[in-house]
Amino acid sequence: MFPKPIKQASPVSRLVYNLLLPVCVIVWLLPILAVFVTSIRSQADITRGNIMGWPSEIQLIQNYGAVLTESDFVSHFLNTIKITVPSALLAVCIATLAGYALAIHRIRIGATVFLLFLAGNFVPFQILLVPVRNLALETGLYDTATGLVLFHAAFQTGFCTLLARNFIRELPFELIETARLDGVGERQIFLRIVLPLIKPVLAAMMILVFTFVWNDFFWATSLTQSNDTRPITAAIQSLNGQFVSRHHLVSAASLLAALPPVILFFLMQKHFTAGLTLGASKG
Amino acid sequence: MSFRSLPTVPRNVKAYFFLAPAILVFSVLVLYPIAHSIWISFFDMTGADLFSASNKAEWVGLANYLELLEDPRFHVSVQNTLLWFLLFMLALPAGLGIALLVNQTAPGIWFYRSLFFFPFVISQVVVGLIFTWFYDPRFGLVGKLWEWLGATPPAILGDPDLVNFGLIVAGLWPQTAFCALIYLTGLCNLSQDQIEAARLDNAKGWKLLRYIILPQLRSATFIAFLVTAIGALRSYDLIVIMTDGGPYGSSRVLSYFMYEQALSEYGTRQGYGAAIAVVLFLLTMTVLSIFVWRTLKSEAED
Repeated sequence: MFPKPIKQASPVSRLVYNLLLPVCVIVWLLPILAVFVTSIRSQADITRGNIMGWPSEIQLIQNYGAVLTESDFVSHFLNTIKITVPSALLAVCIATLAGYALAIHRIRIGATVFLLFLAGNFVPFQILLVPVRNLALETGLYDTATGLVLFHAAFQTGFCTLLARNFIRELPFELIETARLDGVGERQIFLRIVLPLIKPVLAAMMILVFTFVWNDFFWATSLTQSNDTRPITAAIQSLNGQFVSRHHLVSAASLLAALPPVILFFLMQKHFTAGLTLGASKG
Repeated sequence: MSFRSLPTVPRNVKAYFFLAPAILVFSVLVLYPIAHSIWISFFDMTGADLFSASNKAEWVGLANYLELLEDPRFHVSVQNTLLWFLLFMLALPAGLGIALLVNQTAPGIWFYRSLFFFPFVISQVVVGLIFTWFYDPRFGLVGKLWEWLGATPPAILGDPDLVNFGLIVAGLWPQTAFCALIYLTGLCNLSQDQIEAARLDNAKGWKLLRYIILPQLRSATFIAFLVTAIGALRSYDLIVIMTDGGPYGSSRVLSYFMYEQALSEYGTRQGYGAAIAVVLFLLTMTVLSIFVWRTLKSEAED
């Protein structure tokens, strides 16, 4: 193990480490802590210019309550859910099928498809912007949740396919081989043998796509305009414009908007990390 | 015998059915738009109707690209994009530092790890807002720090000389978290035997890191380099949220300049915007090709 396990270090080093770690975390997260403190202060503090100092009174419930009840926060939040959940499901379905084909079949275009998906995964979205936006306008998908779902699912398919392929390749092939000798059809092999074995991958893909799509800002602002469709990231930005002197409410809204991916990350950290690194490390 | 040596034709045909949906959505919504963008970068589409853009567009050949060469805004964008690229590489050593710090087995360490990683999970919109306030000379923490040091706090985001650094630091925050995550996974897969052997030979600290650990982390470094390079080239959200390209256009990068020209309230020159996007695309593909080439080369060596 590197560095040396702290348990084997001298008592002094251990003490330093145990003290250093929390200090580092606090410095590292200072921006977030500052925003949290701002989100619980009062309007009076803001007016007085006490925006980063310690709040004179704590208004946790009032401020967060105000965001939930006095703004469109909840409807934008729901918009994001309506976009994010179907996008993740769709991308995972399409990608799992493709990953299966790429992992266990030797097909002529396999390497080409693989490279294209790898490249497509990293293209700057700007190269897609004009055609995709025009396509959305022509097909009536502009400013609809359906449009965003379809586009997000397509953009995430490359990444998810790489992930699914890499994991399926790790499975014991004897299982599939035996099933084939027993005359089990391709569809049954996929549904009965492969799918149950790759549940952790499916979880990893779902979490990652969920996080990426939830945090998307570029497509959110390029493909929507009305309040009925706009997801929370786009709404936060305009909220910041409206609430120039109400930093405490914008802070509270920002933290609330960031919450779902953060919770998911804490709960499913293992899958999250596995997905991010395996997807790339074996690419 | 492995089944891979036994492909039969019908089975392969079935494989295409599994692949078809992915190829379809990918072709229609990724590959075709790329080709289409390259195509329209040869047109002047100023004032063209969005719904029938192709009708009114006028073929201008390389004119958009030639105009870019003369456009000072393009020069600034390219310079800033390269600055992002170079400074973003700081995320690698910083990420490695954090990974080394938390690669321990102390009680509750997973909680600390999570706390270090989570800037990566937060939307750039939120990161952008946080840092905008952070930098505010009147009430921001950075301003307070400056005052505490006895100097007048600068308006970081309002100063053409400082604004890019301010933006890049904000971007480095989540990027470092991402690199830390990649490096920590790499550290977990180190060969214990080699480390023990090196320790018996009295290697420690920097020397151990330099000669034993870093070579083993090569593939983690590759990935961290790739995602950081692409992240730098893609930088867009933070600029929109924190500066809108300002002050005086000094924080424009290619991705922002493209949007501004093609679709914003300041312009609808889709052909010109597409030409900028093509330049950005080629930059990205160059980085990616180097990555793929080096990966293949190192796999061949192993």
